[in-house]
Amino acid sequence: MSFVEYGDTIKDGDTAIVFLGHESMFPVKVQHGTVTQTKYGVIRHSMDLIGKKYGSKVTCSKGGWVFILHPTPELWTMNLPHRTQILYSTDISIITMMLELKPGSIVCESGTGSGSLSHALIRTVAPTGHLYTVEFHQQRAEKAREEFREHGVDHLVTVTNQDVCKNGFGVSNIADAVFLDIPSPWEAIGHAKSALKAEGGRICSFSPCIEQVQRTCLAMEEYGFTEINTLEILLRVYNVRTISLQIPDLGKAAEDNSSAGFDSSNPSNQGSPCTNLQQGTVQFKSGVPLREMVGHTGYLTFATKS
Amino acid sequence: RKIIFEKQWFYLDNAIGHIYGTTFEVTSGGNLQPKQEVEETATETKEAGTDNRNIVDDGKSQKLTHDDIKALKDKGIKGQEIVQQLIENSTTFRDKTEFAQDKYIKKKKKKYEAVITIVKPSTRILSTMYYAREPGKINHLRYDTLAQMLTLGNIHAGNKMIVMETCAGLVLGAVMERMGGYGSIIQMYPGGGPVRAATNCFGFPKLFFDNLHEFPLSKVDSLLSGTFFTETLPSEPEDNMVVEEESNGLTDEKQTSLQEAEEASTTEAAMEINQTEEQETTDINAEDVEFKENKEKENVREKQRKQWERRKKLIETAALLREKNADGLIIASKFHPTPLLLSLLEFVAPSRPFVVYCQYKEPLLECYTKLRERGGVINLKLSETWLRNYQVLPDRSHPKLTMSGGGGYLLSGITVVLDKGKSDSSHSEALKMEEPSCKRCKVQDLHC
Repeated sequence: MSFVEYGDTIKDGDTAIVFLGHESMFPVKVQHGTVTQTKYGVIRHSMDLIGKKYGSKVTCSKGGWVFILHPTPELWTMNLPHRTQILYSTDISIITMMLELKPGSIVCESGTGSGSLSHALIRTVAPTGHLYTVEFHQQRAEKAREEFREHGVDHLVTVTNQDVCKNGFGVSNIADAVFLDIPSPWEAIGHAKSALKAEGGRICSFSPCIEQVQRTCLAMEEYGFTEINTLEILLRVYNVRTISLQIPDLGKAAEDNSSAGFDSSNPSNQGSPCTNLQQGTVQFKSGVPLREMVGHTGYLTFATKS
Repeated sequence: RKIIFEKQWFYLDNAIGHIYGTTFEVTSGGNLQPKQEVEETATETKEAGTDNRNIVDDGKSQKLTHDDIKALKDKGIKGQEIVQQLIENSTTFRDKTEFAQDKYIKKKKKKYEAVITIVKPSTRILSTMYYAREPGKINHLRYDTLAQMLTLGNIHAGNKMIVMETCAGLVLGAVMERMGGYGSIIQMYPGGGPVRAATNCFGFPKLFFDNLHEFPLSKVDSLLSGTFFTETLPSEPEDNMVVEEESNGLTDEKQTSLQEAEEASTTEAAMEINQTEEQETTDINAEDVEFKENKEKENVREKQRKQWERRKKLIETAALLREKNADGLIIASKFHPTPLLLSLLEFVAPSRPFVVYCQYKEPLLECYTKLRERGGVINLKLSETWLRNYQVLPDRSHPKLTMSGGGGYLLSGITVVLDKGKSDSSHSEALKMEEPSCKRCKVQDLHC
């Protein structure tokens, strides 16, 4: 297995994802002789994991079961240990497309943070591209290096511990794309420009505050970037539910069984046929939005080096 | 070749040799000239008003008439000059606020300055272009939704992907771009052949197409039920056989699908055959009888050879599918997603993501329900993305005025090993595990 290449069977040293149920999962480092505790009981790596096919159901000691999944950057994003606020797959998706990333791309990123975006970028540029990621916090930089090693992708990434605003990315004129998620991105625009290839490179800056965005757009313009464009993207999730609504009692006209308008015994006005659970209800399937949704992550500003 | 675009017409000849991203001006002759970096001189008239309380829109503030402007254009005067003339002849210009002046100039420039930038195609460019100009061709798949699909599906180099789309080949192209020529793709198609109009716009190198296969949907059932290979027997092309119809030597089912493939105007093979047929008819008129007979034999042999090749490819692709080890599935079509998903999932390995796009939400509700009944999938999620563009200018930052009303919906999930024997128990267990029970819904839980 690797984060950039699918494998079929679980091996010693793999990072696998244990799936317990709805939105409940966690990553696990597969190792001979180790056990993992879950609410359904114990999973013994040597017996239950190693050699099994990814996607298999594993029964735990208490009788309940879990699924073992092959890691992907998306699953990693949902389960990684947070050292900083991270980017989620919704933003990551549009960043990847708007930066025109693909196998062979050279990308620069700062800050590395918890490595959520980093893993996704590495996956996209593999096997011939490279990620140069800069993190000014020493421990976070070291932790990131360690994780990339464990996940079998360290040959595709270089972690540099420095301040990108002062010292740039450590490379010049080779990047296809640059990504900035730092407090003062306008201070790094110049460095971003020199890291980018001569013509056609793309840049993206992620900022939660509109004031940061304004400053960054101005800086981009000053440095001669074109096609400057700011957007935001939000995810709306729907729960699929069967809903039952009661039919109100509007009283009965004397001896007349047909109620004007809404006929409860013939719910065909709903389009899809549904059965009544009890007298006076109509059932239908609905995609129900969640009670709360993420309302804002950050503004994404893209531009092209001309 | 004359290109007509947004009321501009020009020839592309002068563009050849320039770097992608170069901006050109269209001269009066329709030729392209690289645009000079013009120093934006500070506007001489810094005169501006403070608000619009006294500006009356009576349509009479511009002194130049349509004819005047046309005369200027005919004289060959550059767009910049025309804009300058318009400003000078506008009675209200100096009363406008600076912001309003800016906006006015931008608007006039867009109309009168013929400036073209030539860019290299990419998923970003093509998907935004198709959504803006031809959304009907791509089932109103908005570009951010496409971006989600590519990421949720973990599309990357080395995958063995199954793609089923009726989006003019845009989704296929996007998948190909993210795979970089590594791995393989099997495109499922309805009818006679896959539409790849948009795919060809990406400008992929030829080798990207070496591992692109296609397979007709109409054969999926037979492949799943195990009857495909017994029906389709490989047979050698027979040189001596001069046939009027192509039905000889082939089984009926193969023949109809091949004839369909020939009739579909979208397959290259069909076009090739049509061309040779046309050539044949013109040749016949000029030749004598014996030569005519030989030519017919040759053409028929060509046709048979091509058919044999196509059939060989079909069998190879079927074998690839039968391995049931695809790394992912992407569906984005005009068809109802449920039957597609239920059958195509059979070809996907366990612990792999799949994504289904639908312009409408309701079919995905049904899909979700059927998938729960089938089992073998987890982490099902029905979602859509909301996209907003912003104008960011000093003191004038705000979301843009218009926004897309809807960009379609996605149903995504991950496959797991399908436990066919125990589907009932895992179903109710899955209910307990997969869906958080809400107090009100308890009675309906069994029906969810």
